[in-house]
Amino acid sequence: MNIVVCIKQIIDPEIPAEQFKLDPTSKRQVRGGLALVISAYDQNALEVALQLRERAGGRITALSLGEPEAQGAVKSAMGMGVDAGVLVSDPALTGSDSFGVAHILAKAIRKIGSTDLILTGCVSGDTGNKMVAALLGEELGLPSVAFVSRIEARDGRIVARRVVEDGYELVEAPLPAVASILSDDSNVPRYSKLKDIMAAARKTVPVWKAADLGVDPARVGPGGRRLELRDVAVVQRDSRCELVGGETPAEQAERLATRLRELKVI
Amino acid sequence: MVDVLVVTAAEGSTPSRNTLEVLGAARRLADPTGGAVTTAVLGAPVEGLFSALVAGGADEVLWVEHPPLADAAPDAAVAALTHVVPHVGAAVVLLADDSTAREVAPRLAYRLQAGLVTEVTAVRAEGDRVVFARPAYGGRCAAELVATRFPVVGTVKLRSLEPASERSGRPGAERRLAVSVEPSLIRTTVIERVTDEVRGVKLENARVVVSGGRGLKGPEPFRQLQELAQMLRGAVGATRAATDAGWVPVSWQVGQTGKTVSPDLYIAVGISGAIQHLAGMSGAKTIVAINSDPDAPIFKAAHLGVVADFKAVLPPFAAKVKALIES
Repeated sequence: MNIVVCIKQIIDPEIPAEQFKLDPTSKRQVRGGLALVISAYDQNALEVALQLRERAGGRITALSLGEPEAQGAVKSAMGMGVDAGVLVSDPALTGSDSFGVAHILAKAIRKIGSTDLILTGCVSGDTGNKMVAALLGEELGLPSVAFVSRIEARDGRIVARRVVEDGYELVEAPLPAVASILSDDSNVPRYSKLKDIMAAARKTVPVWKAADLGVDPARVGPGGRRLELRDVAVVQRDSRCELVGGETPAEQAERLATRLRELKVI
Repeated sequence: MVDVLVVTAAEGSTPSRNTLEVLGAARRLADPTGGAVTTAVLGAPVEGLFSALVAGGADEVLWVEHPPLADAAPDAAVAALTHVVPHVGAAVVLLADDSTAREVAPRLAYRLQAGLVTEVTAVRAEGDRVVFARPAYGGRCAAELVATRFPVVGTVKLRSLEPASERSGRPGAERRLAVSVEPSLIRTTVIERVTDEVRGVKLENARVVVSGGRGLKGPEPFRQLQELAQMLRGAVGATRAATDAGWVPVSWQVGQTGKTVSPDLYIAVGISGAIQHLAGMSGAKTIVAINSDPDAPIFKAAHLGVVADFKAVLPPFAAKVKALIES
């Protein structure tokens, strides 16, 4: 089974508040010297793909759309064990909305060829629209399942464990198909071995441009956006925390309970 | 004039809190602009639901009857709604941001060549534009998106908007719409449903939530959290770290990929306060953090904090709470 995992390189989302800066013109986060990571759930998607390959064989390709630095994310995925990587990077594609991103990724997946399963993370750590997997399904004319934590493949079909509010559903879909991956205890991303990281670092990642893919220019970049992004602003939190003191943890505990009573919340 | 279509799955005789919140969002667009709110219920008419939806904010209820395809719900809903939206002619289509909408909303928007905004936390009309607010960067930021072309589809983040105030004395209108769904469009099938046992109140509706994170270091301490939650008539939640470790079911997760809660009291035990967790609970009225690390980011979000090992704090805290409740 051949799998394409779509990964997004983002600025580490867990940086402290004081390091988070927005660029007023592009309305995007300023990179500065901050660390870049593969968006968390994309790493779970890579793990799901690697486990499927262990059981069913096949080839895994990591596909990323982003700045030239995103080569690093593709190489990290190769260090984890995927067979090949592709980066789509072109200034003309910057600022695309989710519809544009799905259009670009679908073109790249067609160029990669013979793919049975396409995986993404269920939500990215930056824009967090939760849309791309379903839109990829539409672009490619394939069924899609969202928020899947486990996948079993059998006889040209998958059975996906789709997480819902009060439990989960087992959803059967014919291949080829698209799924977005949510984390659970079965898909914790593996650590890469140092020798694999070193080997991946020496590989070259092909970089594809819009023209290589036949992307429709009207659907990508800021001009292709379906809604105008007017503003992005940091949410100011009222962050004054009243620390409850005491000589011992027991005293702190009692004071906390009493304070909650005074505030009439218990 | 902004006409709004609210889409809900078939439900019982009273609308769910989720549906009422979406209707609340719809009225915020319709009322100032003189628009109408149509509610499309995917399913056959339910006794009592019509008047409850009208009281909740619907001007018209459309019963969308399609062949019983419950096991293929998202595929069937997308196919049905692709007919319903142009039929109603609404400018804005709103759904609750739940597990069904994750599947349905993007595909519907794609087929209608419409715009899409997920996790909508506020919405307003501005002349002939519609302005949506949603979180960005895991909830660190709020983004404003402007729709100038219609239709546009929005999924309303739960527990972010209040339901509309109840509208009495409005007759409302209802009609049935039969939709046929081409069987070839149904490609996914639900072969099994597994529901986690819920003891007491549901997490998303609880007034008190006691949550545990990585600092609990295992599944056992969740029993203590359950006892405390039970005492406070609340529910137990968990962080992604705790559900990823398999300590508790994924359905207990509070955060960006779990549930959004807005209780009166949120007690975070052994929780560091990752951005992805704060996205699901920062709307709580009073947030209490118990954590041994004074530098944990949770103390930036909390109103009351105890810097101590939870193991030493929880038993006397539970005892004191019990005494106060009983007194």
